[in-house]
Amino acid sequence: MSPTPVEEPLERRAVISGIGQSAVGRRLGRSDLDLTVEAALAAIADAGLSRDDIDGLSTYPGMGAGTPGFGGPSSPEVQDALGLSLNWHDGGGEGPAQMRAVMAAALAVAAGLARHVLVYRTVTEGTAQGTGGRPGIGGSGGGRGGAPRFGSFMQWSLPFGAVSAANWIAMVGQRRMHEFGLTREQLGQIALNGRRNAALNPKAIYTDPLSLDDYLAARIITTPLCLFDCDAPCDGSTAVVVSHRDTAGDLDHPAVHINALGTALRGRPSWDQFDDMTSMAARDAAASMWERTELTPADVDTAQLYDGFSVLAIVWLEALGFCARGESGPFIEGGGAIARDGVLPLNTAGGQLSGGRLHGFGLIHEACVQLRGEGGERQVVRPAGRLPEVAAVANGGGPIAGTMLLTRGVG
Amino acid sequence: MVANGPKLRLLPRLDDNVAFYWTSGEDGVLRLLHCNACGFFIHPPGPVCPRCLSRDLAPEAVSGRGHVETFTVNHQQWIPGSDPYIIAWVSIDEQPDVRLTTNLVDIEPDDVRIGMPVRVVFEQAEDVWLPLFTPEGAS
Repeated sequence: MSPTPVEEPLERRAVISGIGQSAVGRRLGRSDLDLTVEAALAAIADAGLSRDDIDGLSTYPGMGAGTPGFGGPSSPEVQDALGLSLNWHDGGGEGPAQMRAVMAAALAVAAGLARHVLVYRTVTEGTAQGTGGRPGIGGSGGGRGGAPRFGSFMQWSLPFGAVSAANWIAMVGQRRMHEFGLTREQLGQIALNGRRNAALNPKAIYTDPLSLDDYLAARIITTPLCLFDCDAPCDGSTAVVVSHRDTAGDLDHPAVHINALGTALRGRPSWDQFDDMTSMAARDAAASMWERTELTPADVDTAQLYDGFSVLAIVWLEALGFCARGESGPFIEGGGAIARDGVLPLNTAGGQLSGGRLHGFGLIHEACVQLRGEGGERQVVRPAGRLPEVAAVANGGGPIAGTMLLTRGVG
Repeated sequence: MVANGPKLRLLPRLDDNVAFYWTSGEDGVLRLLHCNACGFFIHPPGPVCPRCLSRDLAPEAVSGRGHVETFTVNHQQWIPGSDPYIIAWVSIDEQPDVRLTTNLVDIEPDDVRIGMPVRVVFEQAEDVWLPLFTPEGAS
């Protein structure tokens, strides 16, 4: 069931006025706060603002969340580090995926709670993991053997060694092979496309050429996913400034307008209980976004779709209506349709598979870069030399999903 | 031959609302929380039936029969020392929208088929009986 339509979705009162990104690397050895300050100051300057203009602050996932290197600095730490005086502030890990922080900022601006909101997402997972691999699994309350015990939703999967989202998403992929005939050769195009684009992104983690043979020969993580289906942990911070559209005329570059947010979660909020094992929350978030706009999938010039695992990108391709349900395999076969000169240029900075796991915000950043025509060597140019005017961005996988439609303003 | 599961079973806490589920296999029977008002099976267990909002809920035995909805063969060493093992989502025949994350045992990966019938078997680990699934008809 959809909410009552409004004459004009209020998120349209918001624009992304500035973007900034710190250094990005596998292991930079810098603190998360240091990286965040670098990205934040770049975004503020890009918006033509000063620190004193920023009156809102928002982040995902906020204080103390997740495994080491995952959460980044909390909003109080960043507020204090930059000496900000705020009218509105927010940080949290629940909601329509990582971009919930941008959505919250847009709504705060629309509601008049703030005028210029700094939004950031920072990861230092590369450094946190060091050379020793992924961190162990925490638990509490010893059982008879004294080993940690687990509650909450993880208790339903951990005992069976279904430890990682890789396992859960692998099962989505296997189900897609069963229902739709998806092949590894097709799925591999997401990784190959990302690697080709990463070669033109100076900040990308992996830029060496990757062939389909390399992909098919790679180490299996959890069938049908191989190493190249899984994103690359890294260090880096991405920041954007979300401002009221009334300020867009002051910019020295095109404002990026927020046209529609996709926020719905109509199925069960669960990996193993969601009704459709081939789509999950992406289906609902995408449907709710298209209910809020007169634009259609055919209007989209570039898509920046979450590829924490390759399967998630093809789930989004279908959910957002770029191809019919079950048709993503044939759609991406050979890679032409999703190349920079294809019908739907996808993950043009390399996505997370090759660009690095900037956790959703790298994709938001790249959508802005492309809409502003600042992509340099990797700039998408549509037929007849037209620059992209509409970008779709999606974050999340499984029962966690958020999506946005962004458009280029004048400037 | 694949393993029945990871080398180390990370076990659930036997909190009051879930202890019945994790110990149900002691007598070889799988039980799910059931709504006595509308007949809905509630999984994971909750304080109220999400279909009819009744609080008249109690564990109820099910046949232990189900079907493989999807699966993966895990190779990654999340838990060091583990041999490959099969993770699956199995739907419960009494109410197929209830799915259990589980391991498939006594079967090779190449023989697993989505849609194949399976039945529950239990593996005891300390005071927990983990519901695993084996092909229907296997000994």
